Amino acid sequence: MLPFFYADAATASRTPRDAYVSAGTGDARILIPFLADDVASSSICGMVYNGLTKVDKDLTVVPDLAESWVVSADGLSITFKLRDGVKWHDGRPFSANDVKFTFETILDPATGCPYTGAYKDIKSIKVEDSRTITFEYAAPYAPALLKLGMGIIPEHIFSEVGDMRSSPHARDPIGTGPYKFIRWRTGEYILLEANTEYFGGCPGIKRYVYRIIPDESVQFLELITESIDSMDLNPYQYVYRSGGDSFKRRINKYKYLAHAYTYVGYNLRDPLFSDRNVRIALSLAINRGNIIDSVLLGQGERCDGPFIKGTAYYDDNVEEYVYDPDKAKRLLMNAGWADVDNDGVLEKDGMEFHVRLITNQGNQVREDVATMIQSDWAAIGIKTDIQVVAWAAFLDQFVKGGKFQAVLLGWTLPADPDPYAVWHSSSAGENGLNLISYSDPEVDRLIEEGRREFDPARRGEIYRAIHSRIHDAAPYTFLFYPYAEPAINSRFNGIRPEPAGISYNFVEWYVDDNKVKYAF
Amino acid sequence: MGKYLLKRCLMIVPMLLGISFILFIVMHVAPGDPASIRYGLNPEISGEARDDFNRMFDLDKPVLEQYVLWMKRFVLFDFGGSLIDGRPVKEKIAERIPATLLLQFTSLVIIFLIAVPVGVISAVRKGGGFDRTATLLMFIGYAMPTFWLALILILFFGVDLRWFPISGMTPWYAEYLGGAARLRDLVWHMVLPVTATAFGSLASLSRYTRASVIEVMREPYILAARAKGLSENRVIFVHALRNALLPVITVMGLTLPALVSGSFIFESIFAWPGMGRLGYEAIMNYDYPVIMGVGVLSTFLTLVGIFLADILYAVADPRIRFGRRD
Repeated sequence: MLPFFYADAATASRTPRDAYVSAGTGDARILIPFLADDVASSSICGMVYNGLTKVDKDLTVVPDLAESWVVSADGLSITFKLRDGVKWHDGRPFSANDVKFTFETILDPATGCPYTGAYKDIKSIKVEDSRTITFEYAAPYAPALLKLGMGIIPEHIFSEVGDMRSSPHARDPIGTGPYKFIRWRTGEYILLEANTEYFGGCPGIKRYVYRIIPDESVQFLELITESIDSMDLNPYQYVYRSGGDSFKRRINKYKYLAHAYTYVGYNLRDPLFSDRNVRIALSLAINRGNIIDSVLLGQGERCDGPFIKGTAYYDDNVEEYVYDPDKAKRLLMNAGWADVDNDGVLEKDGMEFHVRLITNQGNQVREDVATMIQSDWAAIGIKTDIQVVAWAAFLDQFVKGGKFQAVLLGWTLPADPDPYAVWHSSSAGENGLNLISYSDPEVDRLIEEGRREFDPARRGEIYRAIHSRIHDAAPYTFLFYPYAEPAINSRFNGIRPEPAGISYNFVEWYVDDNKVKYAF
Repeated sequence: MGKYLLKRCLMIVPMLLGISFILFIVMHVAPGDPASIRYGLNPEISGEARDDFNRMFDLDKPVLEQYVLWMKRFVLFDFGGSLIDGRPVKEKIAERIPATLLLQFTSLVIIFLIAVPVGVISAVRKGGGFDRTATLLMFIGYAMPTFWLALILILFFGVDLRWFPISGMTPWYAEYLGGAARLRDLVWHMVLPVTATAFGSLASLSRYTRASVIEVMREPYILAARAKGLSENRVIFVHALRNALLPVITVMGLTLPALVSGSFIFESIFAWPGMGRLGYEAIMNYDYPVIMGVGVLSTFLTLVGIFLADILYAVADPRIRFGRRD
């Protein structure tokens, strides 16, 4: 009954009030959605602009500025019917021309949009009428539905602008979204105000404030003193710093699986890792449960594949590599590795089993995980050197061009499961993100098929098959998904954690009359 | 003197050029590049986008050519655009300088107003209770890591007592407040960062003043002044202090560059939107044009600071004259 009552109250109380003060470590850079490539800019753009589509609480693609869409039978064209009556924040009507203008600007090389890869197959954009627009593709591209969720900018504002980046509206945006831009004080805060005419319903919170606080420990203190209303806690703060009554009374904690995982990747061009059984042995030798318990303080879950856990793309049936050092030893012995000279380290053809595991500096979790892996591998006779390298040098001197043996890293997972950039063989190379040079013609074929397939059920089958094949080949040891652990001041109601996180329904959040903090 | 000053002024130009060249080269030989730092391992961003980025900002050209291009713009007082958001570096610096100056000048004034009297009293009452207490406090000031002090101030006065805000310069709701309330809010936000910034320098400046006054008090002209029957206050504040402040002036002159570059830590801890944070963020993001802008400005201020210290020294002490060989 309670959630229903809350939802009802949220929709009933449509007079926006109070302010929600969030915080981040970095300032926004530019408030044009397709030029925003940092978290702060993207999150502000997400409040001010809308795309044609968006993902709902279950990460399913649903209409946003579009009312509906039709994909042609050959998958080569997508026709969107747009919402009627949508207005820009300056009162001008939104139309299909704005959509065409946005994507043509994205595709213009002079714009310098970093995301053009997702739109390069667009052959033409045709405005049928003010509420209908058709995208023609050179090849069927299923992720298009999500990619076309990029924020739409107003043509009447930007059509005369030469360089988008130097336009005043790069810092003073006009969108169609739930919040209107009010002020950006560089290095201090960005202030937005509720758009009372928002087509999705007037937001319940009157002002949205993004404060810039570079030091995370100061951010935590600001949360305690209630100068900010939310922040993402780290496992230590979640477990040890937020258990007191005073904290619990004033601040609510939430927890859900983050769309990210941490892994050890084996460079498949290194002969040491050419044998699948050796890679499996390395995975079996790592005690992932122990890592999650001691490094993440239990704030994470095992990961066994490259997709978001709990979605249709994740194959729950893969047989996980359960910690089994004895089995790992046996596999290595069968592969010809044995401790001939009894020094505790395995040898083969006179060579020691010696791995150099690199990771980036500035991520204490990864540094601690590396140490635990070193210890686990030592237990089965593998000598490991850990190298922790500053991010710039890490990318430049090791990752680029695959100049490493084993790497401890993490990937963030977008809502669309297309794994082309990381797992397709054509993504291996100097600029590609297939860092370990994984190559399986069958996986390549499935990835390509997944990109052509619009049917969600069929896509699910394809990605589960990819998951299964990658898991069998064991080119990575998938380690864990950490939990996202936001803490939000308890005066906010209507928060419902779902697979998409908690901010998907921000417009529905509200504050009860007697709890309003900022009444002006 | 005039010729000397002109020569010193002109010397700033080649030094600035030399240092800017070294800075430019050092920046480019460091591993990593702006595109990698910016886009990292983001699967959403294509390899071509990285190449486009490099082309757009001339980063695909040889380093020396890049330096020549930078220099061509620089002579026209154009620092170029930031690699992060494309905004003119000049604009970004101009936006951040007031916050840094406000914080540093306030600290400087407070340092001066506290350190000089403490130094003078300590010197005059050398070995007494005040001197010993001041010495102890000042040594604590020397020894205490200032970032630690900042965190202690935040915890005690900000979190436990809730007397002062712990970060930021202007609260977001300032624009909904009246002028007086805004000013009060600004002062309130300055208390902790100014205290933290001033504390370390307070120790060194009061020690300088103390040592200097003690040294001057031994000079024959002080004995002469006393012998003439002048009051002790007149001897100290009119005769002794003028000379005793010479090294203090030099130290103050040399703190000018710190106005810009010395604020990295405090501005980050207290979320103060100044130049130090801009420089720090630029370094972390390999934002070459901003690093050059902040670097050249700091260098310029350092050179000007040294120059001013020399001039002030000459003004304060008529015995010192430049460019004349006796």
